[in-house]
Amino acid sequence: MKKTRSDDLGFRVGTGLFGVILIGLVAGIAFVLYSDASVAIWKFGWRFWQTEIWDPVAGEFGARPFIWGTLYSSVLALVIAGPIALGIAIYISELSPAWLRKPLVFLTELLAAIPSIVYGLWGIFVLVPFVRRLEAGTPDWMRALPLFSGPPLGLGMLSAALLLAIMIVPFSSSVAREVLRAVPQAQREGAYALGATRWEAIRMALFYARTGIVGSIMLGFGRALGETMAVTMVIGNTPQVSTSLFAPQYTMAAVIANEFAEAADELHLNALVEIGLVLFIITLGVNVVSRAFIWSLGRQSRTRRVRAVRPAPEAA
Amino acid sequence: MTKLAYGAVGIAFAGATLAAQSMQINGAGATFPAPIYTKWFSEYNKLHPDIRINYQPLGSGAGVRQITGRTVFFGASDGPMTPDQLLAAPGKILHLPTVLGAVVPVYNVPGVSQELKFSGPVLADIFLGKITKWNDPAVVKLNPGVNLPGADIVVAHRSDGSGTTYIWVDYFSKVSPEWKKRVGVAQSVNWPVGVAAAKNDGVAAIVSQTPGAIGYVELIYALQTKTAYGQVQNANGKFVKASIDSVTAAAAEAAKQMPADYRVSITNAPGDAVYPISSFTWLLLYQDPKDKAQGKAMVDFMKWALTDGQKFAGEMGYAPIPKNVVEMEMKTLATIKIQ
Repeated sequence: MKKTRSDDLGFRVGTGLFGVILIGLVAGIAFVLYSDASVAIWKFGWRFWQTEIWDPVAGEFGARPFIWGTLYSSVLALVIAGPIALGIAIYISELSPAWLRKPLVFLTELLAAIPSIVYGLWGIFVLVPFVRRLEAGTPDWMRALPLFSGPPLGLGMLSAALLLAIMIVPFSSSVAREVLRAVPQAQREGAYALGATRWEAIRMALFYARTGIVGSIMLGFGRALGETMAVTMVIGNTPQVSTSLFAPQYTMAAVIANEFAEAADELHLNALVEIGLVLFIITLGVNVVSRAFIWSLGRQSRTRRVRAVRPAPEAA
Repeated sequence: MTKLAYGAVGIAFAGATLAAQSMQINGAGATFPAPIYTKWFSEYNKLHPDIRINYQPLGSGAGVRQITGRTVFFGASDGPMTPDQLLAAPGKILHLPTVLGAVVPVYNVPGVSQELKFSGPVLADIFLGKITKWNDPAVVKLNPGVNLPGADIVVAHRSDGSGTTYIWVDYFSKVSPEWKKRVGVAQSVNWPVGVAAAKNDGVAAIVSQTPGAIGYVELIYALQTKTAYGQVQNANGKFVKASIDSVTAAAAEAAKQMPADYRVSITNAPGDAVYPISSFTWLLLYQDPKDKAQGKAMVDFMKWALTDGQKFAGEMGYAPIPKNVVEMEMKTLATIKIQ
């Protein structure tokens, strides 16, 4: 008896230790980011989040164009990839014939296995010229809108968003697919028994699995926020805040990747680390918000079920 | 106790002989001279198999950082260290010019296959965003007889900090007072206009893919990839295409008034045959190195590189250092404390 308990204790302590190490790692990262960015934090304070200038010569640094570029490209990528990933997940789990499932799954996972730098190269030589032709062909009335203004360079927000969308589809779709598969057959059969059409049954499955689907979307969003190499090769790397899809812009991860190796001036280095800190905070914030959202969705369904179960024991 | 003592002496002896047999010296810095340095280090290793010099082309800024932090024995930079950077170093750092290079304008103008001529002020205005179309009167005036289209000029520059950028903007600061005031000189600047890509390849890719684009790359890179590049008007008013001869001419002019610390910029040098966007690239060494043996090895290497090594430079497209500068450097090398 004693032996089992101590084994159990050892296992618990060991795995508990891993958990503690993980928390310690995150806290350590945050601490190092803060301390290495201290010169810039003291000099700029909250202005850093609001200024648009990035001038290593004059020593003026502001993160606003990068924050904008990261969030804009990620949100756009999500808007494009979300329906596609969901569509793939629904098709594979609900609609496709059995023999087609495995090849489709294999092909989507293959997209996830391609290194991001390869995506970047493909982006420069294939996607960007294609987008340039697309941009050059937009009709004048669309060009007048701020969303489509600017010269047709090819390099810019549109290319970056498309590339990011292609990159996050496999992640989101595989998680969504697994979650849809986990919907119990009993639920589906119940829906059909009540006379649901194919589409209504799918809607029911989506509703049942909604927390997992939101989780898969957030996973894709998190990936898009941090993606560096592929984005820097197609986004044009110009620090400006612009709503136009055609305008070249800049993301936080890209500027760190591009400038860190050569930055010799202490303020420049600190400013780059501070950008890293800002990215860390934003990613953390996005994760916390999505976790809270998922938790609130789950809570609604749990309270409903509990209410249905509780009266029975009391009656007994 | 005796056994332990003998054992320790034996190991120390073995260690010493091992160390004497093979020495590894680490350096890091600019990517621009990386091809010639790699060639030199391997050739030198053939002559002295016990000395292995390892070079990491991380970039001029990283080279300066690492030698200041003493994580490498020597550094390399396309731009001279600033007075602040020199003060921050724990000891006196010497700049030793090794080869010369140049930066050339590359372009992709739809419908134009001839070589274009540029002047310094026109290039600066293009990169400032003041000249926006290829058929701007200033550009047309320099290129009579060329049918320049009304296409927009798309400026391409480096997104990563680079010695190539340093040389380019250093030239602009000399030919355009507005550039000097608005943008300044550094390895990373706040570009007024344009899209950016990493490294020479990135800029060349943008230029070749985008109709109407103009960018800048190193001469060696343009020669090796057979990219077409334009002529630039020098301080004497002549249009010169970058080549080993025109870059060597730039160095010869500067050599007449070379300062003792070699930290001189030779962009926009006077002379008819001079290519104006040329520059030295420097190897950075401490005058009083901590490891005397490595110091001696590097001094011997530098003496070889400045004499026999220069012939490899020509083969690879770099211009050699002028003779009188080499003589000056030999004297400087003698001041390095290797005893």
